[in-house]
Amino acid sequence: MENMVNVYFFGKKYSVPGDLTIMTAMEYAGYTLSRGCGCRHGFCGACATIYRIKGQNELKTCLACQTQVQEGMYVASIPYFPSDKRTYEIEDIRPDQRVMMELYPEIYACIGCNACTKACTQDLNVMQYIAYAQRGEFEKCAQESFDCVACGCCMTRCPAGISHPMVGLLARRLTGKYIAPEAEHLTKRVDEINKGEYDELIEQIMQKPISEMQELYNTREIEK
Amino acid sequence: MYTPEILESLKKVEATRDERMKTEPRRMTADEKDALLKAYHPDYRADGFKEIKIGPNKGQKAPAELADLLHSNSRILGENIDISKVDYDVDVLVIGGGGAGSSAAIEAHEAGADVMIVTKLRIGDANTMMAEGGIQAADKENDSPVQHYLDAFGGGHFAARPELLRRLVMEAPDAIKWLNKLGVMFDKDSDGRMVTTHGGGTSRKRMHACKDYSGAEIMRTLRDEVINRKIPVVEFTSAVELIKDEKGQVAGAVLLNMETGDYSVAKAKTVVIATGGAGRLHYQNFPTSNHYGATADGLVLAYRAGAPLLYQDTIQYHPTGVAYPSQIFGALVTEKVRSLGAMLVNKDGEAYAHPLETRDVSASAIIRECASGRGVETPLGSGVWLDTPMIEILGGEGTIEKRIPAMLRMYLNYGIDMRKVPILVYPTLHYQNGGVEIGGEGFTKAIPNLLVAGEAVGGIHGRNRLMGNSLLDIIVFGRNAGKAAAKKAKDVTIGEMTLSHIDDYAKELKSAGIEAESVSPLLLPKYARHER
Repeated sequence: MENMVNVYFFGKKYSVPGDLTIMTAMEYAGYTLSRGCGCRHGFCGACATIYRIKGQNELKTCLACQTQVQEGMYVASIPYFPSDKRTYEIEDIRPDQRVMMELYPEIYACIGCNACTKACTQDLNVMQYIAYAQRGEFEKCAQESFDCVACGCCMTRCPAGISHPMVGLLARRLTGKYIAPEAEHLTKRVDEINKGEYDELIEQIMQKPISEMQELYNTREIEK
Repeated sequence: MYTPEILESLKKVEATRDERMKTEPRRMTADEKDALLKAYHPDYRADGFKEIKIGPNKGQKAPAELADLLHSNSRILGENIDISKVDYDVDVLVIGGGGAGSSAAIEAHEAGADVMIVTKLRIGDANTMMAEGGIQAADKENDSPVQHYLDAFGGGHFAARPELLRRLVMEAPDAIKWLNKLGVMFDKDSDGRMVTTHGGGTSRKRMHACKDYSGAEIMRTLRDEVINRKIPVVEFTSAVELIKDEKGQVAGAVLLNMETGDYSVAKAKTVVIATGGAGRLHYQNFPTSNHYGATADGLVLAYRAGAPLLYQDTIQYHPTGVAYPSQIFGALVTEKVRSLGAMLVNKDGEAYAHPLETRDVSASAIIRECASGRGVETPLGSGVWLDTPMIEILGGEGTIEKRIPAMLRMYLNYGIDMRKVPILVYPTLHYQNGGVEIGGEGFTKAIPNLLVAGEAVGGIHGRNRLMGNSLLDIIVFGRNAGKAAAKKAKDVTIGEMTLSHIDDYAKELKSAGIEAESVSPLLLPKYARHER
């Protein structure tokens, strides 16, 4: 018999194989998931979960798809959390400190408790990227928050009601659009294509017989 | 951590590393590749396929699991749904909230259309979110859209539809520019030059990336833009059947609330199917790198309404899915790991193939090694090594953390530090090469005003797809579909709405002698275990 452990989904006890993740253990227990399940590989943040191990005081947060079950785990999924995303027109805003003050003023109410960082399922320094956002250091905020999957665990623990993933997202969009230098080779190529400089060449290659295409393909030079 | 048997083989990988790193493994000839594919690629396993018995592709083969869905009845056959009571009335209905659907919605909105997204999970719960490695575009000086065309056409076994591939490569640079203008943070040098690498089968370094969160970075930006534009997104709501009118035009869809089970009706002048792939059908029992909702719903909807499929019999198995440990079995290990220099190595420490062959060839070679006793036995099956410590040797310490942080994190969760030890991989069901057939403008040929974009399309890539061309196609074809759908909607008048094609399909099934026991689309895989 495989190594079984006792876990408690929403307080109800189930015996499940110990090598399962919380998500696959719920399915083993008979749950058909619709909420609280997305990419199943740690990228989408759909499966934010909160748990406590029996006898331990600490409340933990995790992604259900990336976390192995343990004996005595009391599990509650957080299938939805009312985050507070502010809307804006990306073409109309600029990367100055004012934009954060206007869109996410609550970040200045951060009390420095660091609960967000402790809750992060990606081990990001969440409080630090909020601090960067407060100071208008968007590029740093963008880098620090880059691996965020927006599971929202940080939001659930924040006494100031900050929607951290939304702050990071704004900083990244500002950085990608306004702060990082333009890729000149890209702009140039788009112009060339728009001017029709490749039209004839592409027509030619589209018309070539398969045998000629095979020859071209099999003998093409590959950049080192 | 690794078992003693695995550790035994690991020693050989370490022992041969210095010697292996001195030479680049040879690339296979065209004939060698053909022979390998025929012998080992799952597409050539006859028992994985069934003949399609009815409809436009009657007589052709499809993966057995997909054929079963095509041989099923509508979920709403016999249900008394009053489609004259319209709940949503829009110009453009986008089915699917991934990269293609979101791009389509943004462009349709930009063009002034009244557009709505329905999606069975949340917006962004899609394969797009999980794409790691990058997105191709020929924007460097030594590259051109023509070179991109050649790479993709050859990589797809010369089967791509030229008019679709042309659009893909010619609109690629503009797709990158559009994303960048929306705020996507591409990896750039300090002077703004894009950092680009090779992918399997590319002849130029044209893989743009956002670390190994490329798809996530693109998807969350698109999602944010959809929300900023206040485009209605009806989540946890699945399209279960297309609605047509008496002229045979598409006219909307019947929707199912995934939580309450209630049906509703959306009327639309044009409909964009952007429902993605099929990994969760687990063809030939493969694990999958796909998201939870990848169940080929759009193919089933379109087919039942009369639209033909193309290349539905060709599937991409990504060579490097996780083979061990079990908790992440089948998860994607991005091709970028090989772009950055990691070799594929068998049980004996031999680099048996070039790491950047195309995906079908690379996957077949792994299956060959394992079938020939040169794979590493694991508690779950077998696999080959991906020699990740090479990346740190080649790129310098810290390269893995900087360039592929998601991979590092995924393995560290289970006590495997890929900077220090290699990882075990085996092919995973990754991509549906085929799908619904469309013309160069994005419309299906059989059903007026119905468009398809993204992974649900067949023919853009042919019979195999290169890394980085799918993130590209969802943007290029998603944008195009949104623009085309908005434009077309201005001239459309919908007649009497009908679901008669569902009854016709049921009759056709019956006369073909098929006793359809199940219903389709599947919507979600059946993972729940029930003891009784």
